[in-house]
Amino acid sequence: MASRPRTLYEKIWDAHVVETRDDGTALIYIDRHLVHEVTSPQAFEALKVAGRPVRRPELTLAVPDHNLPTTARIDAKGAPVPIADPESAAQLAALEVNAPAFGIRYIPATAKEQGIVHVVGPEQGFSLPGTTIVCGDSHTACHGGLGALAFGIGTSEVEHVLATQTLLLQQSKPMEVRVEGDLGPGISAKDLILHIIGRIGAAGGSGYVIEYLGAVFQRMTVEERLTVCNMSIEAGARAGLIAPDDTTFAYIKGRPMAPQGAEWDAAVAYWRTLHSDDGAMFAKSVTINAADVEPSVTWGTSPEDVVPIGGRVPSPEDFADESKRVAVQKSLDYMGLVPGTPMTEVPIENVFIGSCTNSRIEDLRAAASILRGRHKAGNVRWAIVVPGSGLVKAQAEDEGLDRIFTDAGFEWREPGCSACLGMNPDKVPPGERCASTSNRNFVGRQGPGARTHLVSPAMAAAAAVTGRLTDVRELV
Amino acid sequence: MQPLTRVEGRAIPLGLKNVDTDIIIPAKWLKTISREGLGAGAFESLRAEPGNVFDDPAYKGAPILIAGDNYGCGSSREHAAWAMLDLGIRVVIAPSFSDIHSGNAVKNGILPVVLPQDAVDRLLEVAREGLEIAIDLEAQTVTTPYQDRFTFDIDPFRKHCLLHGLDEVGLTMARGEAIGGFEATRTAAQPWLMRGTAA
Repeated sequence: MASRPRTLYEKIWDAHVVETRDDGTALIYIDRHLVHEVTSPQAFEALKVAGRPVRRPELTLAVPDHNLPTTARIDAKGAPVPIADPESAAQLAALEVNAPAFGIRYIPATAKEQGIVHVVGPEQGFSLPGTTIVCGDSHTACHGGLGALAFGIGTSEVEHVLATQTLLLQQSKPMEVRVEGDLGPGISAKDLILHIIGRIGAAGGSGYVIEYLGAVFQRMTVEERLTVCNMSIEAGARAGLIAPDDTTFAYIKGRPMAPQGAEWDAAVAYWRTLHSDDGAMFAKSVTINAADVEPSVTWGTSPEDVVPIGGRVPSPEDFADESKRVAVQKSLDYMGLVPGTPMTEVPIENVFIGSCTNSRIEDLRAAASILRGRHKAGNVRWAIVVPGSGLVKAQAEDEGLDRIFTDAGFEWREPGCSACLGMNPDKVPPGERCASTSNRNFVGRQGPGARTHLVSPAMAAAAAVTGRLTDVRELV
Repeated sequence: MQPLTRVEGRAIPLGLKNVDTDIIIPAKWLKTISREGLGAGAFESLRAEPGNVFDDPAYKGAPILIAGDNYGCGSSREHAAWAMLDLGIRVVIAPSFSDIHSGNAVKNGILPVVLPQDAVDRLLEVAREGLEIAIDLEAQTVTTPYQDRFTFDIDPFRKHCLLHGLDEVGLTMARGEAIGGFEATRTAAQPWLMRGTAA
């Protein structure tokens, strides 16, 4: 008997069920676990208190990123630079001690492989198609760009994975976001995912795992796919998926932790089966016309607050839902915006290029291509580029991108999460705006009172040049 | 974690939708390596507003929070649940919750109650009058002094863990043999999956 057609999500889920419980939850095996300094100390502490070991230390990889300063880490004499903030220093020291104490591979802050967990995982070949990948970070959805079922977990679940290499989960419902047609010239993966979130809303994917379908995703590079899947959580979906293909396999081949030789061939043969079958049923479907996507920008304090760059700041009256009208007014007050203002008239004082959404080499190339031979505008007070990893940084320096950025008035930093979440010293001052390639425009996200406009790397570069939100296509 | 069977008390009528975990606990509070004391930073940006519901004496120490759609969206930080618990919140009532945050809440003995928007609106009215609301987890009901009675759904495993304050890690460790069997099959069939950082 032929089995029922399954979605990609269902195939990966089925391959990881250790056992199903009577109440409908399933014990799901976790193939890869990424750990960083912020959401792990309490989990390690709980293991210590209970005397529990880590079940499979080789399936966890630890690297600091969230809290780490992005200023120089090695001084002129080659010695490590101490971290000024004692709380941050203590948290980083905890990971440095905990990881080796439990037998877990640790990439130190000074290693060239250090970077944002979601950049490091794919880069090292640790993240692989068809695997289940978790991390105490909601942007773990990112790795879905490789065809992995990847999602964020809380610290209790970090402890659960360390102790048992499993999680007790309720299966999500499969949802498809189908994009028809081609993106126009100068339109990036970031513009597309912002447009999608604007369409389905910040809770539109709650309870679902999204699969992105359509030729546009097949034409994307792996880095673009990682950008798309990264922001699935901003639509409320715990995970996003793009089926792996030859582009994926070419990206992974030869990476340090990727399978090799005969195992590589067996892995690829398996990965080729990882796609939704014809006739597979999705519980929810959304269709997007790629031709409708323009360079996207957010105006408010939820990632669903998206307009095309040619659009205007909306008015609360534009929304039917009463609670949304209240939220819009609150957002406009926080953002200091007047309804009806063209987005291209919104001035920008800060520019941040970085984060797990947009800090890979292609992102830096896209921004640099706009900045080449140009300089940031006089009203742009602070502009920084934070590469996603030491390897991305080295590659960019080989290509001379660092010089393009510094010549344009940007600071060239060490890798980390930085101004995406305003946890380390990289913050946007109260009341000031930031054109940011990150993923969240929440109240206070980039610092108390900071006003965030989410954009693509090229759009962030364009805003730096003109000192206001700008349609990058005018600068190409 | 502390078991939860019945919670009765006043409720903080927040009502706001898309309350993200950066609002519940901003990043600067995440530098701690402990679970304790995060109530000091809970809802910091909202509490900076004059006349906010959190510092209103009418709702001081209330064990119930009522919010809008998509409560707890955004970051996976469990610090949000720890911060709420430190404020004394044991139940959150909203039309919907983010998947990650509702899981974090349950693991810390906080009950997320999903009710339709009109029921939530009614409970907001009752809460604003300063009246007490009762949540009975065993019966899966929310009741008010006006004889309102709303029933809610909850995953049976979550209910069981909340009612008995169970340690999920310990429960799963007891399934070690099944996990070992899964690992043995996988090591034989797809060894590269089990290599991880040892590749």
